[in-house]
Amino acid sequence: MLRDALLLQMGYNATLVALGAASLGVAAGATGTFLFLRKRSLVSDAISHATLPGIGLAFLVMVALGGDGRWLPGLLAGSALSALAGLLCVTWLTRHTRLAEDAAIGAVLSVFFGAGIVILTVIQTLSSGRQAGLETFLLGSTAGMLFSDALTLAIGGTLVLALALLLRRPMIQVAFDPGYAETAGTSVSRTDFLTMALVMAITVVGLKIVGLIMIVALLIIPAVTARFWTNRAEYVVALAGLFGGLAGYLGAAISATAPALPTGPIIVLIGFALFVVSLLVAPGRGVLAAALRYRRFQRRVHLRQGLISLAQGQPVYERLTRRLLRREGFLRADNVITDAGRARAAKILRDETRWQAVRRSDSLAPLAMQDNGMTDIASVLTADQLAEIDRRIGGPKGVTP
Amino acid sequence: MIGAEFMALSLPPLLIGTFAAIACALPGNFLVLRRQALIGDAISHVVLPGIVVAFLVTGRIGTWPMMLGAAGAALIAVGLIELIRRLGRVDAGAAMGVTFTAMFAGGVLLLEQSDTSSVHLDVQHALYGNLESLIWLEAAGWESLLDPVALASLPPELTRITVTLVAVVAFIRLLWRPLKISTFDEGFARAQGVPATILGLALVVTAASAAVAAFDAVGSIIVIAMFICPPAAARLMTERLEAQIWWSVAFACLSAVLGYVLAGYGPLWLGGQNSVSAAGMIATVSGMILAATALFAPHRKAS
Repeated sequence: MLRDALLLQMGYNATLVALGAASLGVAAGATGTFLFLRKRSLVSDAISHATLPGIGLAFLVMVALGGDGRWLPGLLAGSALSALAGLLCVTWLTRHTRLAEDAAIGAVLSVFFGAGIVILTVIQTLSSGRQAGLETFLLGSTAGMLFSDALTLAIGGTLVLALALLLRRPMIQVAFDPGYAETAGTSVSRTDFLTMALVMAITVVGLKIVGLIMIVALLIIPAVTARFWTNRAEYVVALAGLFGGLAGYLGAAISATAPALPTGPIIVLIGFALFVVSLLVAPGRGVLAAALRYRRFQRRVHLRQGLISLAQGQPVYERLTRRLLRREGFLRADNVITDAGRARAAKILRDETRWQAVRRSDSLAPLAMQDNGMTDIASVLTADQLAEIDRRIGGPKGVTP
Repeated sequence: MIGAEFMALSLPPLLIGTFAAIACALPGNFLVLRRQALIGDAISHVVLPGIVVAFLVTGRIGTWPMMLGAAGAALIAVGLIELIRRLGRVDAGAAMGVTFTAMFAGGVLLLEQSDTSSVHLDVQHALYGNLESLIWLEAAGWESLLDPVALASLPPELTRITVTLVAVVAFIRLLWRPLKISTFDEGFARAQGVPATILGLALVVTAASAAVAAFDAVGSIIVIAMFICPPAAARLMTERLEAQIWWSVAFACLSAVLGYVLAGYGPLWLGGQNSVSAAGMIATVSGMILAATALFAPHRKAS
């Protein structure tokens, strides 16, 4: 069943939904990355909630003009207009009053959403008998998706993706260093607005499938997930698109296998699962990698301190240190230092003396700042500088009894 | 008999709406000043999975299971946000976005999976609440306020939100000085021996309890709106925290009363027959107040 769904063998509608959700996921993931890198992820929350009054008003206007209120392009146009109004409110409040952006976001999202609810109740009373079904925009619905809807999704997603890729340079520049971007001739306010416009377009396109509360997840989660895997902005964008597309495709496919699996929540939860896996196992920024790094560092410190103590004739009692020393062959079973241990300890002590000389030296002292107590001196100083330092210290001398 | 009708149909929702608005606006003042305004947003989203899980565990819609479930979900969300922020080195906004959308999605999925057709539990209810339906059937007029039999049939939501409001007021009153200091200068507060981290967590827990109690009666829309709009509007009116608190309470009351009245009678004045969502209207009115203060208030610009 699941295999059929993943291979698009579940019938026409399921295939449409899966392909539509995948293209939406790719576009949302890539676009959301710019928002995330700019540290303004939650503006998308305000934008998405602000679509609701527009949907209701568009419905009312279309009915008043004698048309069918449920015509999707009309509803989406209305939602885009009110999302734009919400975005302008956030920008205006942040720029012209003393309110911080988070307060502006919260105010706009709750007020627009509240107004939208009011309009929805008006619609319910006006068109009693004609079920408007606008509530599906809250949580999304893929039941009865038409080919034209899927086409809207695919074309809209592709257009936004193309625009995002076209504008990626200025957007990344603004995200990393707005001050530099401004002096380099990139208008920060205009670029920010373009980013938001792309986010708005994605929100409007995605309303139908995942609904306005959860479209935020498709914009934020893939970008955060991708960030774990790489430190290069372009790769984050590409990976976020990949993760978003994967979540959309898998989510739609899985939800097609059973009637009680709504598409929107499944897509979000798949995205969240990808996030959790990345948080745990990603190399570099992942939790597991960090734990391993910490453990390696801890062992190096223990080995080093143990060897220094032994070389200076002090006994080592600490269990972990002893075990590590024995495993490396620096300590015999009866807690006597081996020749290998003595050699390593001598090297550590010599490097310590070298560092001291570096700190005393006028020309090299700044380099000593890079020493955290564990830094390999050969990785900081060049061979010539090391030779110079060694000449100052003098060669190894015989130990006077 | 206008008195009787008012007592039975309008007084309880008005009181519940007003108390809920104040209970949310009070901690909201500190959240807005600490730039944690969106914690309220996150909390109100995760209340849904909380009550769904409570329903699945107990098998019925009870007051206390729902409150506990929602409060538990709020705490889990706050913990998860902090965990993701620390472990993943992700900025707070993104960590919040990841957490509350995922938990909300989980709540919707659980709701679809479980058989809740026999009970009144759905997403719409969670979002808008049902303020209009909280009526006091036994009320026969003003004298019912002194009649213990009639008082016993007051909607339980009213008792709950009153208790919550008293608790919130007590929290802020008792911890006023440390709260004020740590909100404006956390480093100084620590130097003075104020446990700022615990205090911050206590504030979030208080906000969450207010959100949960209010949510039960009025839905999550008002909760977010009342956390942010009255305090934000109050911030633009004054430079003093004490005055800001009073302004925010006044704005919260105004939003609740005006919103309820407009929702109930506004359509009638305009020639319609049915009322519109009171929760949505209260949020809208609070937005109007914020808009007015943003345009005209004396301290709207950063000085």
